[in-house]
Amino acid sequence: MYIQDIILNLQSYWSSKGCVLAQPYDVEKGAGTMNPMTFLRCLGPEPWNVAYVEPSRRPADGRYGENPNRVYQHHQFQVIMKPSPDNIQELYLDSLKELGIDPLQHDIRFVEDNWENPAMGAAGLGWEVWLDGMEVTQFTYFQQIGGQEANPVSVELTYGLERLASYIQDKENIYELTWVDGVTYGDIFKQPEYEHSKYSFEVSDTDKLFQWFDDYEKEAGHALDENLVFSAYDYVLKCSHTFNLLDARGAISVSERTGYLARVRSLARRTARQYVEERERLGFPMLNQGGVRHG
Amino acid sequence: MAERDLLLEIGCEEMPARFVEGGMKQLEEKLNHWFDGHRITYGSIRTYATPRRLAVIIEKVADRQADVEEEVRGPAKRIAVDEEGNWTKAALGFARKQGVSAEELQLDEHKGETYVFARKFQRGLPTVDLLKEELSEVLGNIHFPKTMRWGDRRTRFIRPVRWLVCLFGQESVSVQWAGVTASNRTRGHRFLGEEITLDTPSDYVDALRNEWVLVDVKERRDEIRNQLKRMEEEHGWNIPIDEGLLNEVTHLVEYPTALFGRFEESFLELPAAVLITTMREHQRYFPVEDQNGHLLPYFVTVRNGDHRSLDIVAKGNEKVLSARLADARFFYEEDQKLSIEKAVSKLDQVVYFEDLGTIGDQVRRIRHLVKELAEWLDLKKEERTNLFRAAEICKFDLSTLMVDEFPELSGVMGEEYAIKAGENPEVARGIMEHHYPRFSSDQLPEGMIGSLISLADKMDAVVSAFAIGIQPTGSQDPYGLRRRASGVVQIMVGQGWNEITLTEIIDLCLNRLEMDGWLKREKEEVKKELISFFTLRMKALLQEENIRYDLIDAVLESDISRPRMVLDKAKVLTEEVEKESFKTIVEGFSRAANLAAKGDPDAKIDGDLLEKWSERKLFAAIKTASERFESARNNQDAREMFEAISKLATVIHDFFDEVLVMADDEVTRQNRLALLREIDRLTSGFAAFNKIVFAS
Repeated sequence: MYIQDIILNLQSYWSSKGCVLAQPYDVEKGAGTMNPMTFLRCLGPEPWNVAYVEPSRRPADGRYGENPNRVYQHHQFQVIMKPSPDNIQELYLDSLKELGIDPLQHDIRFVEDNWENPAMGAAGLGWEVWLDGMEVTQFTYFQQIGGQEANPVSVELTYGLERLASYIQDKENIYELTWVDGVTYGDIFKQPEYEHSKYSFEVSDTDKLFQWFDDYEKEAGHALDENLVFSAYDYVLKCSHTFNLLDARGAISVSERTGYLARVRSLARRTARQYVEERERLGFPMLNQGGVRHG
Repeated sequence: MAERDLLLEIGCEEMPARFVEGGMKQLEEKLNHWFDGHRITYGSIRTYATPRRLAVIIEKVADRQADVEEEVRGPAKRIAVDEEGNWTKAALGFARKQGVSAEELQLDEHKGETYVFARKFQRGLPTVDLLKEELSEVLGNIHFPKTMRWGDRRTRFIRPVRWLVCLFGQESVSVQWAGVTASNRTRGHRFLGEEITLDTPSDYVDALRNEWVLVDVKERRDEIRNQLKRMEEEHGWNIPIDEGLLNEVTHLVEYPTALFGRFEESFLELPAAVLITTMREHQRYFPVEDQNGHLLPYFVTVRNGDHRSLDIVAKGNEKVLSARLADARFFYEEDQKLSIEKAVSKLDQVVYFEDLGTIGDQVRRIRHLVKELAEWLDLKKEERTNLFRAAEICKFDLSTLMVDEFPELSGVMGEEYAIKAGENPEVARGIMEHHYPRFSSDQLPEGMIGSLISLADKMDAVVSAFAIGIQPTGSQDPYGLRRRASGVVQIMVGQGWNEITLTEIIDLCLNRLEMDGWLKREKEEVKKELISFFTLRMKALLQEENIRYDLIDAVLESDISRPRMVLDKAKVLTEEVEKESFKTIVEGFSRAANLAAKGDPDAKIDGDLLEKWSERKLFAAIKTASERFESARNNQDAREMFEAISKLATVIHDFFDEVLVMADDEVTRQNRLALLREIDRLTSGFAAFNKIVFAS
């Protein structure tokens, strides 16, 4: 099965389960969780079901396109269901069947894994899902987002598309994966991997990055002062990515690191708080739409 | 009374393996407690658990609570009965509150006064009704270290609860909890089994076995053990069973099937610890050895399922392990390109503690402390050279890729890489050994180098944490300070280093922290806290040696700064308490101590003022005992110290027989009291003898 078909199958499956099919968000981010479709929409009481692919950038993981598993940018298939349905594990396992993975032919385990993203004030409990010993999905019940207690609780499923594809296509090296007939993963991503790695580790302009971080932080605050949560959040994401670039470049010393993370966290918390306030002011318009309600 | 078996099962999404048994035990205890508190009799209890369920079967549970008769005392007669002899409002209110009618109230004597009494008979309620009403509360009282919420429910549990079974005999009891209503329906294996209806609690284990769930923990664990044994026999292998791993695997599967896979033989060139850690910690595999204990290029994993498509499962696991081992090989090769010096300097980039600087700072503190310790122990030049080198590089492996990936290999890789880099083998060994003891029953460092660096490392960790106000509270000790402090005490006891004292080491650490600007609290206060903290650790160690509690108190009150000496003294006392003569000795010391407290603490003994023969004899005996005690103390000989002071006992008794201490003459009195105070000073240098308890 091509990567493209894995995506199509997951999309049509989750669409049939009531998820909004969204598109990747156009600001750099380290994980699908940081897409506002997750980070913001999981806040507050309104039901929300969504699925999307998220190209996720982690500059420090770049390996110049030489490592068979580690990359600057990988792809997550992200599903959010809020509140988490009672049969979510069954729904998830059925999604694997859509990818041709029959649980009876494999060993599928739910292995404890508690997820945390301190910079975003987010934490959850759940598992890594192992397929014959390989972690293919992160399965998390959000308990806290942006420092706010999640209520109701959303469930987040994050499929590692490269991992899944390398299992399904039986390839050792992700650059050999087939995206679609005649086009490999390497054809599409080898050059960007090399360039992004070289840029992040050797070329990026540290002074500018530091300056941008300060500017983005200010601009996020400015937007928040005007209660423009979504605009502010874009700048929070930019802060986070800029920090990641500086970190990859080794430009942030040990003692500074905590300070920078705290600055991102404080913006994320403020954004989360104001998002809920704004939604409340609008009367939580999606409160009676969809979602699974329990007594 | 009629009895029935009760089955209770909590069905949930996969619980973390490490919490399953604790949850199972709690379920049993909470139910036990609830039955006892509700006067419901029951027979034996059996507990069951898999990753997806906690269950308990209680045999012969009474159909009803026991009836109860109770007498409750109300207001006194003078308040309860008015002048006309009628019940007052107070009495009627009491009756109402107790649920009896006014006619049922009675007057009776209680301690010389007459009171109103209500005699109540309470008929036991049906167990089913109580279960329905209260079981949810019992279940809500099961606690886990980490709990969660799910959906829009408010219940917290270890993982989402998906079903409940409550079956009392053949009656299913519709208890409601966590958004689920209990029934007689349970679920089989996630992939192989079906949802089924249970007729009676006694069907539970067999019915689930038919649905591919081995619900009995022991049965499941034994099954895995047997499968491993069969595999050993079939292939001529040796599969060492790590009990912790076996237990974890037992709680990762409902129906275990062991299978093996292989990896490329060239990976065997990696250090065995790397291979074992990768397999065991990261993949929960059992490593495979030949009959001589050498690793073979195989691994065994336990699948949650049956024998279907084992080749596919093996192939998938082989792929994962190969990728991990390829990473490990990459780290191993890269790490050897990094010089130890470079690795050490990188430690300045790793935070140790937000308020305590970097690991580099910590290593400098360790080196400083180790140097002082070497002075005290008067080490030889060559010993010092190796010791200082080991202290300097003891944490270098934290900078390596391998330890970054496998933190549990810190020390192992340090030794391995140090040898490869041509370090002295003793230095390399010291790097590994400075981690010991890593947990409460772990081995101690054997060599001098490992022992000293371990001592310095742990002492610094404890003292510096206290210096910034981090201390264990109750059961919370996230930084393992108790374990580290125990390690310090164990090492000092094991090495018998009486020439260094705990208090002096604490001072050294505090002074250094103060000099570096890390000390954030009042020094004397921190020191006091540390001493009582270490006293508790010492106490725990003495308890483990089975020393009697009063003897522990007696030696700890004396002086704890030389842990080995404290233990030796406690052992001497343990022997002495068995002897007839001991009681007389202690009485002599105690009598002296009690009287001595009445004297002027500054008064000195004036030998010329001693009139009586027994006074002069005591004076001389004290002098002899003092000298002998001091020299024994210098020789670290607790037995001899005790012998020195015990000789005083007869003389003390003679003294009390002949002399009236509290003489009328002030000068004579104070002089005699000073004599006794000297005895007290001497004996309490061994132990606080007044803490010792004698059977009366």
